[in-house]
Amino acid sequence: MRNLIPVLSVAALLIAIWYAAVVPMNAQWAQDQARRAGAELTFITLVADTMSQQRPRLPAPHQVTTELWNSTVVEELTGRRGIVNTGSLSNRSLIYHGWVTLSATLLGFAIGSVLGISLAIGIVHNRAMDASIMPWAIASQTIPILAIAPMIIVVLNAVGITGLIPKAIISTYLSFFPVVVGMVKGLRAPDHMQLDLMKTYYASGSQVLVKLRLPSSMPYLFASLKVAIAAALVGAIVAELPTGAVAGLGARLLSGSYYGQTVQIWSALFAAAILAAGMVALIGVVQRATLKRMGMAA
Amino acid sequence: MTDTSTAPVISARDLSLTFQTNDGPVHALKDVSLDISRGEFVSFIGPSGCGKTTFLRVIADLEQPTSGTITVNGMSPEAARRARAYGYVFQAAGLYPWRTIAGNIKLPLEIMGYSSTEQQSRVEKALELVELSGFARKFPWQLSGGMQQRASIARALAFDADILLMDEPFGALDEIVRDRLNEQLLELWARTEKTIGFVTHSIPEAVYLSTKIVVMSPRPGRITDIIDSPLPRIRPLDIRDSPEFIEIAQRVREGLRAGHLDD
Repeated sequence: MRNLIPVLSVAALLIAIWYAAVVPMNAQWAQDQARRAGAELTFITLVADTMSQQRPRLPAPHQVTTELWNSTVVEELTGRRGIVNTGSLSNRSLIYHGWVTLSATLLGFAIGSVLGISLAIGIVHNRAMDASIMPWAIASQTIPILAIAPMIIVVLNAVGITGLIPKAIISTYLSFFPVVVGMVKGLRAPDHMQLDLMKTYYASGSQVLVKLRLPSSMPYLFASLKVAIAAALVGAIVAELPTGAVAGLGARLLSGSYYGQTVQIWSALFAAAILAAGMVALIGVVQRATLKRMGMAA
Repeated sequence: MTDTSTAPVISARDLSLTFQTNDGPVHALKDVSLDISRGEFVSFIGPSGCGKTTFLRVIADLEQPTSGTITVNGMSPEAARRARAYGYVFQAAGLYPWRTIAGNIKLPLEIMGYSSTEQQSRVEKALELVELSGFARKFPWQLSGGMQQRASIARALAFDADILLMDEPFGALDEIVRDRLNEQLLELWARTEKTIGFVTHSIPEAVYLSTKIVVMSPRPGRITDIIDSPLPRIRPLDIRDSPEFIEIAQRVREGLRAGHLDD
């Protein structure tokens, strides 16, 4: 409860600022409409109008919330365009679009995590890999993902790979990096004394890895997984932009911007944010349970 | 058999070790010669930088000497380490927080490939030796500092090496806990008949525990005095008020001072 109050205060403040911004942002259009109709706008009607436009520059929070609700729960329950009540129209429910993006995110995150952990193990154990991999890993992240994503998609499309895999690869591209960095640090976390102790037992490299380095790296692993899954989601959304994808949160963002559907854009954005928050929270739960079991709870 | 009982367990001849640092070479050990026989309790005492820990680490093959020779159980330190000839206790207990006390003691046994029934019985035996039998399933954070250090001694004893090397194992503990642990260590030494190398910077601790006290001095690290203790092997704590004890302590103190006068 004590933690909730500051969070709610900040949320309330942000919503207040948002509402305050809605009026000036949308006032121009409201006044233009009123002038054409020859009507005079009072302050009250102006404010009311700015908050209920079809295509506002900046939709009001309640419009976005309503759109989120309608395109998820209402659509799933009564519509024909959800996963359950699926129909043939292209404008399907956000649950459906969210799942399309989420499946690519999770696949990319899984590949990225395994790749990141493997690379980190190689870097810690092999001097040549230590010297060669890291600069490339860092360089890979300096290339704007928006520039490289279309190329990956086009190249893979040329060899006949389409759909989930290319999106997952772009998610992988973004998510392996924090895992590599975190795990290199984590696998090197044991101090000299602990490594010396293993040496006195004449332990092999793989025994040191399994019995000391991997358990020691757990706090670092979870911290980097949280960053990685958020990055994976960004990767999946970005991957949906250049392909003309018809499904996914990225496709919703793109079609929303084509048709000036700002409410749709904002609700897709919020769906992405909720998805990311949910996944990070889920990793947090696993982290707490694991570290508590391991006696390493912070 | 008769051969091994008379030959020294650890034998160092003209051992030198120089670390190359950014500030130039540091002579951690210079021409150190020492024999340690089976069943002895040898303390290394001296100010920091005298090479006492370095010498212990050379025995354990954690450092390589620059010149001179050393044998452990008649082998090179590397071969002795491969043969798991010694258990090493560090200044910090260094127990794995994710393992129970029993799990921590099992660690070397797992690495050395003991069967799980063998592991079980050895863990029980080691816990009993350090009087921690009821604590097998506790986690390290549930134990006091002294108990953690006892658990780390049990870990070093679990695979039953002949030699026990201890690097200031009680240095971080308070006086009262330390007295109790010293007493227990002597009992343990009497029961297991191990050869113990013990680094300390406490004169009473060295005199109370040892059959042989090696006094060292720094820059370069060398031995200034080797004292064979006339005290009996069975030592109650109040032996520390006896004239013999005070006399040996006096000699250790003089040895330490002599080392400093050479500077």
